[in-house]
Amino acid sequence: MQDKAMENKNAQEPIVRFEKVTKAFGELVVLRELDFELGPSEKVTVIGPSGSGKTTILRVLMTLEKPNAGVIWVDGEPLWHKEVNGKLVEADEKHLRKVRGNIGMVFQHFNLFPHMTALRNVYEAPVHVRGVPKEQAIARAQGLLEKVGLADKQDQYPAQLSGGQKQRVAIARALAMQPKVMLFDEVTSALDPELVGEVLGVIRELALEGEMALLLVTHEMGFAREISDRVIFFDNGNIVEQGPPKTIFDDPENPRTKQFLGATLRH
Amino acid sequence: MNDLREFFDFAYIAEILPDLLEGLVVTAQASLAGFGVALILGLLFALARRSENGWLSQPVGALVEFVRSTPLLVQLFFFFYVLPRYGIRLPAFIIGMFALGLHYGTYTSEVYRAGIDAVERGQWEAAKALNFSPMDVWVRIILPQSIPPMFPALGNYMVAMFKESAQLFAITVPELMSTAQNIGARNFAYLEPFTLAGALYFLISYPSSLLVQRLEARYAR
Repeated sequence: MQDKAMENKNAQEPIVRFEKVTKAFGELVVLRELDFELGPSEKVTVIGPSGSGKTTILRVLMTLEKPNAGVIWVDGEPLWHKEVNGKLVEADEKHLRKVRGNIGMVFQHFNLFPHMTALRNVYEAPVHVRGVPKEQAIARAQGLLEKVGLADKQDQYPAQLSGGQKQRVAIARALAMQPKVMLFDEVTSALDPELVGEVLGVIRELALEGEMALLLVTHEMGFAREISDRVIFFDNGNIVEQGPPKTIFDDPENPRTKQFLGATLRH
Repeated sequence: MNDLREFFDFAYIAEILPDLLEGLVVTAQASLAGFGVALILGLLFALARRSENGWLSQPVGALVEFVRSTPLLVQLFFFFYVLPRYGIRLPAFIIGMFALGLHYGTYTSEVYRAGIDAVERGQWEAAKALNFSPMDVWVRIILPQSIPPMFPALGNYMVAMFKESAQLFAITVPELMSTAQNIGARNFAYLEPFTLAGALYFLISYPSSLLVQRLEARYAR
């Protein structure tokens, strides 16, 4: 623990660190004493069988699920805990909000606010959460919609948009909060196949820009290989194998990884 | 035509109509004010019952069930005769408005509850991921999308309440029903005032019901 801290000071302090994080739903253990780190601008993809708990990694980090045990650190601060006199105690809502602000998330089912236009979906949180002056937030939101190729859709409501367009608005909405870490939870799984490309294109661009740390859960293996610095094969509540995409996809060591990739790539 | 004139005294009707219209105005005022109370109380009840704090949700739940399971008339009498014994003297109109609002607030709270439950979990999660404060989550995300689909159900309760406001007659509020009763008693002729009162209720309720039906078509999910 001590050595690790020293080492990280010299190298790069991880933006996210899981320490023996456990999450169970009743009898079902979905995260099993998970240790995991994410570098400040690292792009990491988590792959694995459905129901293996990989989405739960994102959900405990976004504070949508509370871990049963372990500590999660975000940018040097504990997420679910507060340090009081050198001890970690359960965090209150105020602390959660402060640390949560470093993280953004894009969901499988978009979850756009149906009563707001695309533009307002993007600028609402910056104005009311961050206190950005409205005109400035709108200008920035327009810039973000342009970036995701939807400048002409700013006045449409979510119901008037296609799935791919909704997901691109959702990405712009998450970006508007300028998170240090962005989570993508199977963001193309609910899309018609012909719309997957436009969403992946936007994420690819973010990956190339390079600043933000990205953590993706996806079934798009080709995409994972292309944009990731590191790929994690996750199964049964923990990391089975991880490494550069080339190693994981071309030369996996673990038989479970081989079996999973064999089954996936054959399709 | 002669028969009808014998049966129905049109001169009498012309004479009592202005008084009845005044009664109708009081009925409308009591209904609108009472419904305003019902809308606010209903929302507060619904939010309180959703609270994770059992010390809040349990008693409010019990109160709602109790009020809903007892007649409005009993509640009216209770407030009208019991409150003054504890030194709370309020005009009959205010008591009527509050009792209607409380009674119907227990119904509207169910409408709110169902409407709020209908909001997808993903909306709460997206709101949290964007770090909205708990208050903003309600005010900016959840309520604005859950309330419009409630309009038809709320409208139905408003029409029902408008008709039931006739019970305020029992606590001397000078609304339409008690006006008709007084006119009848004064002239020993009840047919015309009550018929006219019924017609006036109908003239307001029926178009209102049609309006609610149009809301239903518009906000049907």
